[in-house]
Amino acid sequence: MQLPDAEAAYKNLIAKIQADRCEGFILVGIRTGGAWLAKRLHRESANTNPLGLLSTSFHRDDFDKIGLHAQMKPSEIPFDVNGAHILLIDDVLHTGRTVRAAINELFDYGRPASINLAVLADRCGRELPIAAQYSGTVFELPSDQMLELKQNEHGKFIFRLYAKGVPE
Amino acid sequence: MINRNPQLDEQGALQHLLTTEGLPASILLQILDTAESFVGVTERDVKKVPLLRGKSIFNLFFEPSTRTRTTFEIAAKRLSADVINLNIAVSAQSKGETLLDTVNNLSAMNADMFVVRHSQSGAAHLIAKHVRSDIHVINAGDGSHAHPTQALLDMFTIRRYKQDFRKLRVAIIGDILHSRVARSQIHALTTLGVPEVRVIAPKTLLPRMVERLGVHVYHDMTQGLKDIDVLMMLRLQSERMKGANLPSQEEYFKYYGLTPEKLLLAHHDAIVMHPGPMNRGVEIDSAVADGKQSVILPQVTFGIAVRMAVMSILAGQSVARSAE
Repeated sequence: MQLPDAEAAYKNLIAKIQADRCEGFILVGIRTGGAWLAKRLHRESANTNPLGLLSTSFHRDDFDKIGLHAQMKPSEIPFDVNGAHILLIDDVLHTGRTVRAAINELFDYGRPASINLAVLADRCGRELPIAAQYSGTVFELPSDQMLELKQNEHGKFIFRLYAKGVPE
Repeated sequence: MINRNPQLDEQGALQHLLTTEGLPASILLQILDTAESFVGVTERDVKKVPLLRGKSIFNLFFEPSTRTRTTFEIAAKRLSADVINLNIAVSAQSKGETLLDTVNNLSAMNADMFVVRHSQSGAAHLIAKHVRSDIHVINAGDGSHAHPTQALLDMFTIRRYKQDFRKLRVAIIGDILHSRVARSQIHALTTLGVPEVRVIAPKTLLPRMVERLGVHVYHDMTQGLKDIDVLMMLRLQSERMKGANLPSQEEYFKYYGLTPEKLLLAHHDAIVMHPGPMNRGVEIDSAVADGKQSVILPQVTFGIAVRMAVMSILAGQSVARSAE
């Protein structure tokens, strides 16, 4: 199938976020695709707040199935979460389970005033009551397909589609 | 049949942690890298992650130990596991129960992991061979054989302060003969590519043919400490010394105790480590133990993160297998 253009989705996403005057938000990207996206949004929207990076490894609900990710990296939250308005950022929104884990991880650092969600692609198929406030593109994919964000050597975004079979 | 390392499963993943001997560098580094993620957990509002929720970890201590048992207990609790401490030295075994009967009974209580400390070398191996394949065993010290989590936390500490193992000169100093810590350190250091590992000790406190482990032997601190980047002190284990290996603790301190003057012989930014508990004035002078080159207290902090990493890697391993 024809995948949407990831760069076009990015331009759409940043325009939506800026239209909402979100400069008070603290951006927090979910590793690894969401971290790339958050870094670029942080730079290109000239957000002056510190940038957070989040690992969901400790709160994943599939630890009982796949164990710990071999190359896990720690969360980096260089600000006080208590009272913060956070814009959580991920590359692909699918079942909503990663976002649930990310919210749990954030609450281990404190009690934020609010959390909003921005994603580059919403591929539908939710299994939890989670929705993104901002999405670059929305389309449906069969559940046996995996959508991943890649970066080329110039830092441009590309979507890649895989058949599911190897666990994430 | 290939004689597989009893710590690894068919896929080469960690099934038990019994010794650093024979573990590939990739596994040692996996543990150190995973531990990096756990260091930050203790600095959060919520010092706990839910990875091992619902798992039961039994601390089987057949030999008294407060510090090691406590660090394993803290690590397990920060992973949300249920921890059961058994001080077996004063319970079942004194009533005549065998080691494997004790383990069978605890397995019947649905244990997921055993942390074993025993005065006999090989006790943890024996238990690991005996338990069901979904139960994991961590050796918390067996006789004078191995103490792998101590060695791993030492490697973690060295990497934090010195980054690259391949550029280091490391000296292990003191009672090598009785030390399971030293053996585990030597195997880990050489596997991780440290080009020069020295042991410094009087002849009476060195095992026979220790050179075969790939170390350089020194009996004199003045020569042995030259250009050293990492000093790993050992506790003088007077409780394990049968007969007279040493004239006196005072004489030992004179020749092998680490004083500020002797530390000057090493590299100027060398770090000083000790696995604890320290005998101040026997193997180490207080001015060094509390000095700016000492990383002894960071070792304790990192020990929790390293044990959390080992436990979560092992627990994740059993789920990966049962899902197949």
